[in-house]
Amino acid sequence: MVYSNKIFRFVMGFIMLLLVLACILPFFLLIASSFTSEIALAQNGYSFIPKEFSLAAYKYIWNVKGNILRAYGMSFFITGVGTTISVVMTMLFAYPLSRQDLPGRKALSFIVFFTMLFNGGFVPTYLIYSKIFHITDTVWALIAPYLLMNAFFVIMVRTYINSNVPNEVIEASMIDGSSEIHTLIKVVVPMSKPIIGTIALMTAIAYWNNWTNGVYFIQTKRELYGIQNYLNSILSNIAFLQTHSDPSIKITDLPSVSIRMALAVIALLPILMAYPFFQKSFTKGITIGAVKG
Amino acid sequence: MKETKSEKKKLSFQKMRRYIPLYIMMLPGLIYLIVNNYMPMAGLALAFKKVNYAVGLINSPWSGFQNFNFLFRTSDAFLFFRNTILYNLAFIFLGNLLGVFVAIGLDCIRNKFFKKFSQVIILIPFLLSTVIISYIVFAFLSEKNGFMNMSILPLFGIEPISWYNKAQYWPVILTVVYLWMSFGYSSILYYSTLIGIDKSYYEAAAVDGAGVWSQIRYITLPALRPTIIILILIAVGRICYSDFGLFYQVPMNSGLLYSTTQTIDTYVYRGLTQLNDIGRSTAAGFLQSVLGFICVFTANTVVSKIDKESSLF
Repeated sequence: MVYSNKIFRFVMGFIMLLLVLACILPFFLLIASSFTSEIALAQNGYSFIPKEFSLAAYKYIWNVKGNILRAYGMSFFITGVGTTISVVMTMLFAYPLSRQDLPGRKALSFIVFFTMLFNGGFVPTYLIYSKIFHITDTVWALIAPYLLMNAFFVIMVRTYINSNVPNEVIEASMIDGSSEIHTLIKVVVPMSKPIIGTIALMTAIAYWNNWTNGVYFIQTKRELYGIQNYLNSILSNIAFLQTHSDPSIKITDLPSVSIRMALAVIALLPILMAYPFFQKSFTKGITIGAVKG
Repeated sequence: MKETKSEKKKLSFQKMRRYIPLYIMMLPGLIYLIVNNYMPMAGLALAFKKVNYAVGLINSPWSGFQNFNFLFRTSDAFLFFRNTILYNLAFIFLGNLLGVFVAIGLDCIRNKFFKKFSQVIILIPFLLSTVIISYIVFAFLSEKNGFMNMSILPLFGIEPISWYNKAQYWPVILTVVYLWMSFGYSSILYYSTLIGIDKSYYEAAAVDGAGVWSQIRYITLPALRPTIIILILIAVGRICYSDFGLFYQVPMNSGLLYSTTQTIDTYVYRGLTQLNDIGRSTAAGFLQSVLGFICVFTANTVVSKIDKESSLF
């Protein structure tokens, strides 16, 4: 048994309990505030127990649900499309790289690998996407920059195929007259399901949580905002008002405190509800990518 | 002789033809890498140009080191380089310390449900976007109705503090937020190493009269050492980079806090998009990329010396 000292184990267990609470209590603060009446919030501030229970915030959101539903829909759409393209592109790139007989394999691997060592940074990336490819205010702005193909995932999948799909199996399929694409779909993909699941999950979380692309590249077309950018724009308006007193924006135009908290809760829900189901793969994704990611 | 040579050529051409479908498969990814990664690398040359949108990026005139001169003429440069590096050092030190501590804590729990439950819960903050984290931080620090000002400070008889206007508190706030959102990640990494230790070492040590501290010092820490070293080296490789969301979004882009919240990443972004100061931004970005490359390269060379498996190359 690890650490036979009972007092030590008790103290550590107690500290773990506190840390676990520290991880979940902030969410209770959000949830409780979203169910508190606006007057009670103004008097007592955010608190863990609603002083005056109220559904007003959720009722308000239900009444103006158009914007929120659209932002939600955008988030789901971007996550779905982005993850699909990303996984397909990664597999199409990683499978040829895994073929030991491919001429130029080393050079191609280096092209992928070098992007992990060196990058141009924000300014050139921003200027190239916005001034050369003109993706500003298009849906591509939310899909293409940064997220579409992760060099690290390509290397991870290549290594996985190398060690889990025997060469003989691929050769046998080729001798049977399958084309490369057929071999990839019918032989390699089914044998690489675990790694595909892991990278798909990590990519989907990255798309769902991404808000920087919206901030960088969406300037006028607010209707392209996903839920993260929608929340972000509300918060920036409030921040702006705190430091500038702009008479053209009235404080009453902004969602009240409880409504804001209700919005945050709504944005959190999908990921928290799905978490128990993908928690195992998520932990695995973290430990695989461990040290390298 | 001639025949065999041409036959060979024909053969190798046929052999190459077999690979054409594979190259076609790689085309989308290759194009993406060129657009998303290699073109921006070439774009670093903009740091030596006086960018003028009217004539285009390529036709803008060269300006030598002028952008760098502009950058270092201000005190900003010192400030954001200092902030980036100091925050990273604090994050590396405290983050790994907490990670190891929590991993040992997870190992101490005997109740199977609580053990599993803790592992699942501590990863939740790592799952959230910085936008959501900013909302949570705002719920605590909002001047008028934040939890700190309304519920915690009154307990100690302290007057409310306008957190978003006072730069001196932010090194602590940002470190706490960083630790909160990331400790689950490093803990799980360290814990997955701990699971692999043969438990009989601990028993044998206990039989020999070793206390908890000796067990940790002579069994746990040596087992964790390679992981600790590698995680630290990888973080050192990224010492010139910062989490844009943490330093931009969590302080709500408040100008009064720049002295303690400005990092290279936020400076470059603000310079380019808000102040329209392309020259300084490109210069700062150039330094970040080059220094970043040197750091990653050095860190990886050291990692590969220690543990070939964990290095990038």
